[in-house]
Amino acid sequence: MSHAIDTKQPASTLQGARLPNWAPYVIAAGSIAVGCGIGLAGGLDSRIQWGLIASILFLLVTYLLAAKIEGGRQAKDRMATSVVWVAFLLAVIPLVSLIWETVARGMKVLDSYFLTTSMGVLADTDVGGGIYHALIGTLEQVGLATLMAVPVGLLTAIYLVEYGRGKLAKAVTFFVDVMTGIPSIVAGLFILSFWILILDMGYSGFAGAMALAILMMPVVVRSTEEMLKLVPNELREASLALGVPKWRTILKVVLPTSIGGITTGVMLSVARIAGETAPVLLLVWGNPLINTNPFEGPQASLPLYIYQQYANSAGSPAAYDRAWAAALTLIILIMVLNLVARGIARWKAPKTGR
Amino acid sequence: MDISPSTTAPPPPPQDLKASSPVSHKAASRGATRPGDRIFLGLSRGSGILLLLIMAAIAAFLTYRASIVLSENEGNFLTTFEWDANSIPPVFGIAVLAFGTVISSIIAMLIAVPIAVGIALFITHYAPRKLSGPIAYVIDLLAAVPSIVYGLWGALFLVPHLTGFYSWLNDYFGWTGILEWQGGAPRSLLTVGILLAIMILPIITNVSREVFKQAPQMHQEAALALGATRWEVIRMSVLPFGRSGIISASMLGLGRALGETMAVATVLSPSFLINTSILDPGGGTFAQNIASKFSEATVQGRDALIASGLVLFVITLVVNGAARAIIARRKEYSGANA
Repeated sequence: MSHAIDTKQPASTLQGARLPNWAPYVIAAGSIAVGCGIGLAGGLDSRIQWGLIASILFLLVTYLLAAKIEGGRQAKDRMATSVVWVAFLLAVIPLVSLIWETVARGMKVLDSYFLTTSMGVLADTDVGGGIYHALIGTLEQVGLATLMAVPVGLLTAIYLVEYGRGKLAKAVTFFVDVMTGIPSIVAGLFILSFWILILDMGYSGFAGAMALAILMMPVVVRSTEEMLKLVPNELREASLALGVPKWRTILKVVLPTSIGGITTGVMLSVARIAGETAPVLLLVWGNPLINTNPFEGPQASLPLYIYQQYANSAGSPAAYDRAWAAALTLIILIMVLNLVARGIARWKAPKTGR
Repeated sequence: MDISPSTTAPPPPPQDLKASSPVSHKAASRGATRPGDRIFLGLSRGSGILLLLIMAAIAAFLTYRASIVLSENEGNFLTTFEWDANSIPPVFGIAVLAFGTVISSIIAMLIAVPIAVGIALFITHYAPRKLSGPIAYVIDLLAAVPSIVYGLWGALFLVPHLTGFYSWLNDYFGWTGILEWQGGAPRSLLTVGILLAIMILPIITNVSREVFKQAPQMHQEAALALGATRWEVIRMSVLPFGRSGIISASMLGLGRALGETMAVATVLSPSFLINTSILDPGGGTFAQNIASKFSEATVQGRDALIASGLVLFVITLVVNGAARAIIARRKEYSGANA
């Protein structure tokens, strides 16, 4: 025993005393236990308070112990480490809770009947019904928006990267950035003001798709731009040196090189607009019946369906169940898009030249 | 490292043109004769101009519709505490909406910015290297969840679970007047702020993370060599380097929080009074007011909502423009687009 201590001696004089490696875990376990204990004893209903008490205890105990044993600077370092860990855990809690609640409550009514039935003439408080009409609406609106936004977004990105110099390109870059931050409801109000109030066209899936396209364009431009910038200049120069016209160089060399990244960006932007509710609420209006024509008459849409089931049902459990199930469907749809996008990104990783 | 090619890329195009300027001159003069090149340039420039036109059209159409109804408004658009836009003549004002929007966004920022910076530091400097990728992915997942799902979760899960927290705040901090609670459902600006904080976490985290990643390695190693602890390294070399990045990231988050609609509309119980306590009902937000008043609005009522939307548009434009300007000033962060 004494021999072991002797060999450690030089290291400890150089480093100063340190808390053992397992100390943070023990303190964490202890403070969680005490936090729960206080919560139970004090009769606090909110688990949030239990968590808060536990984390404050953890921070305090770590700081005091470290200050005592290791000195002030080390104590501050440990404090910072714990604060950063607590910050991360705080962010994970809502995510886990949200996914858990959605899956647990959504599974109740999510089955093939739910996916293939519309609301028809059911009242919002009745049991039964489904989201078939909303699925069709969402797919059509998002599809139309993609058809409008992708060509414009791609060409704009090509302009910025391949041609863009001078004031116009600068203005476009700046406004694309600013456009990314337009609230979705403002895009909806814009289409409302000119398409419905001035041109008097009435609610339709197409009106919603236009607003979604406005939200989608800047995202497509930004992601495509980043991908085009990754294409090495040597490829362009080689192609131009062979006498290939610039437009063919772009179409045959630049775009194929970066197509994986561009597809990823487009799919991520599709995932983003698929969950937009506000413009759909203003422009597509919602419809309990199946309407497969996006150019005529109100349609339903998945996010709007969730909102209406929640807001119009005066607390009916059947409607809440449907809202959760629709939310689960929407999250699954978006996660699949995200995963496919990431898969493509990994499969066709941006070719950086070297 | 995979950021640096894209960030060093902006300089190359001009350089490239300079280097091959005789060639490109010839190509340009010959390009004019090639219909393919002309059409392609026209198309791509046209789409760029189309984007600018859309922005201009948004401003123009909103202003036009707003001007129709503003001339008839009996109240003061800026100071009236009322939203009765369907009656003739209409009486409406945005005072309460502006109050609610600002307060809920401030609460969201106060909660989200420190936590987001903490997570960003966690990913770049604290997490085990193998874990930092998956963790960043988890944060991205938070960003991918649609706002209406946050709203549903907020209304049906978060709100019932906040009553205990509210009464605790009221017991210990009620004397401040700001955290006083009358005991209604906790659908107030504080709940909205908490929900918004969760929603804007990912964007602030992602942008700050990109900035922290680019903090000069040499500075950090030098500090370590002088015997600095990890926290001292971060305080002395990472945070000063990333300050403007954090500011612009927070402003991007602020832009999101200001314009968030559905989550606020499902969680908040709006009222057209201003309450000093953030736990009691009082205030609404621009976006929430549009969503909840829209279905029963007449054409005139819609124009009034459009007028409030115009204000929101201008505010977010200013906030986002400022954030982007800060990012653009330090060009090395351009990879940090969100």
